[in-house]
Amino acid sequence: MTQLSVPKWLLLPAALGALLVAVPILAMALSVDWSNFSSLVTSEASTDALWLSLRTASVSTLLCLLFGIPLAAVLARTAGTAATLLRSLVLLPLVLPPVVGGIALIQAFGRRGLLGSTLDVLGLQVAFSTTAVVIAQTFVAMPFLVISLEGALRAAGTRYEDIAATLGAGPTTVFRRVTLPLALPGLVSGTILAFARCLGEFGATITFAGSLQGTTRTLPLEIYLQREGDPRAAVALSLVLVAVAVIVIGLTRTRRYSLTAGTP
Amino acid sequence: MSPTLVLDLTVAARDVAIALTVAQGETLALLGPNGAGKSTVLAAAAGLLRPDSGTVRLGDHTLSDHQTRTWVPPHARRIALLAQDARLFPHLSALDNVAFGPRSQGQPKRTAHEAAARWLEEVGMTAYARRRPHELSGGQAQKVAIARALATEPAALLVDEPLSALDVEVAPDVRDLLRRVTSDLTTVIVTHDALDAALLSDRVAVMHAGRVVEHGETGRVLSRPTSDFGARFAGLNLVRGVTSGGALRMPDGRLLHGIAESDLGQDGGPVAAVVAPSAVSIHLEATHGSPRNSLAASVVDLEPHGPTVRVRTDLLSADITPAAVAELRLARGNRVVLSVKATEVHLHRA
Repeated sequence: MTQLSVPKWLLLPAALGALLVAVPILAMALSVDWSNFSSLVTSEASTDALWLSLRTASVSTLLCLLFGIPLAAVLARTAGTAATLLRSLVLLPLVLPPVVGGIALIQAFGRRGLLGSTLDVLGLQVAFSTTAVVIAQTFVAMPFLVISLEGALRAAGTRYEDIAATLGAGPTTVFRRVTLPLALPGLVSGTILAFARCLGEFGATITFAGSLQGTTRTLPLEIYLQREGDPRAAVALSLVLVAVAVIVIGLTRTRRYSLTAGTP
Repeated sequence: MSPTLVLDLTVAARDVAIALTVAQGETLALLGPNGAGKSTVLAAAAGLLRPDSGTVRLGDHTLSDHQTRTWVPPHARRIALLAQDARLFPHLSALDNVAFGPRSQGQPKRTAHEAAARWLEEVGMTAYARRRPHELSGGQAQKVAIARALATEPAALLVDEPLSALDVEVAPDVRDLLRRVTSDLTTVIVTHDALDAALLSDRVAVMHAGRVVEHGETGRVLSRPTSDFGARFAGLNLVRGVTSGGALRMPDGRLLHGIAESDLGQDGGPVAAVVAPSAVSIHLEATHGSPRNSLAASVVDLEPHGPTVRVRTDLLSADITPAAVAELRLARGNRVVLSVKATEVHLHRA
């Protein structure tokens, strides 16, 4: 046991905070109807929803990486009013109620939206499709990746990048071989946060993509629906979502330690 | 042959304005206190900082020219930079750190690793090839950093306070290595330590508040500085000669006994002795029965130096009190005997 280096009185509120998280999870686990658990979570609607959630969250996380890494790099290495404005814009979904995000997405990509008619001409129907689920998840989850990676990039600074440049490495090589590896812990935790946010997305999805089984009804939507019809199924599915989240965090934690061994 | 490096530039934000030329294969020491603008000059030479005006040229290539708006980015300059802290990439092994430059220049992985292994051997770090930077001591890391810089086969080398972050026990070792690898390379070494300048450079430029206040051959600048600042800041005796039985044999055949910080090598090899003027005392006659170096010399000049008087002779300078000057009735042209404890004479390979 390491020596406690915080004031003792902090322990009480810290314990209360931990309980606030632990008690509801425990209560849920205790209330699960274990005898019917497997039939509850393996119904067609449930497996459809779980599978859709995993697929869309994975694709959305990839999109978050594709757009979020460049955004974080630009924000971390620029200063000035333009950068501040861009940062506020990118982080907006973080403070916006997801349902508002969903409405904004409809106004942009919906049939009668700003880009809807253009997409229509191209034969693309975004609203109420799986694509809409992915767009909604990417919209709400990307700021988590950007904020976490930008912090890591700023903390790493340009000291190593400067040296890499004097060793003959062009900007792309520096970014790939120095900048990103040094910010890897931030990138990994940002990716976990983004994936978890995608997996839990509800408000923007139901607003923008609707709730069609197998197409747009992800696990959180299924749970919300089941809560009305079959509360036992809702509890069982909730526990599945908790399990998936725990597995993701557990996997990436072990991986994270092995990757960052050697970073001071 | 490593090309000539010409720096003629100003950086307004740091109030730096200098004009320096480093000849082919020469090592120039940029000597000055912290905040004199030395690192700014290096950053401008490396291309990490854009000068407000002026030019940087390396051989026939113009690297930056304010008027023609020429700007070669750092990675295309072929100028390597050694930082104060080794700054090895923490996520790469020592070998991969050294291979980074060759890899960035487009060499295949195998060739780059072979080159890296050769350079690690050159700096005596082969046994540490697989280590990560956090498993290396300061001196070891600095040696790997030297190998990493040289593996890029740079046209010029910039070195920023290479020894200041190292323990006193390992500094001589790294200094020896630097002296060896920079002998044919056009090099600028920034330092605030006159000893580094004495042992590593062919010429010294003393910087003060963003300007070069003194510039010349190393031995001359350190022992006979012409500027007030140079005298105050540099002021070291540098004697060159060859090694002879653990001592330094001067060109006139006399011996200077001292202590060697590292192996001096075989008899006849070049060595340099560094002596602080405050360690030199002056007598009118030879002192007997002491373990000191006792050397005849004649007084060249006397000048005030803070609370003491710096007596310049044709051999060493000495800092003594005004009372001692009066007592000895010193004047230009006097024959005197200089004495220095052997423990105050630092011998190094040169």
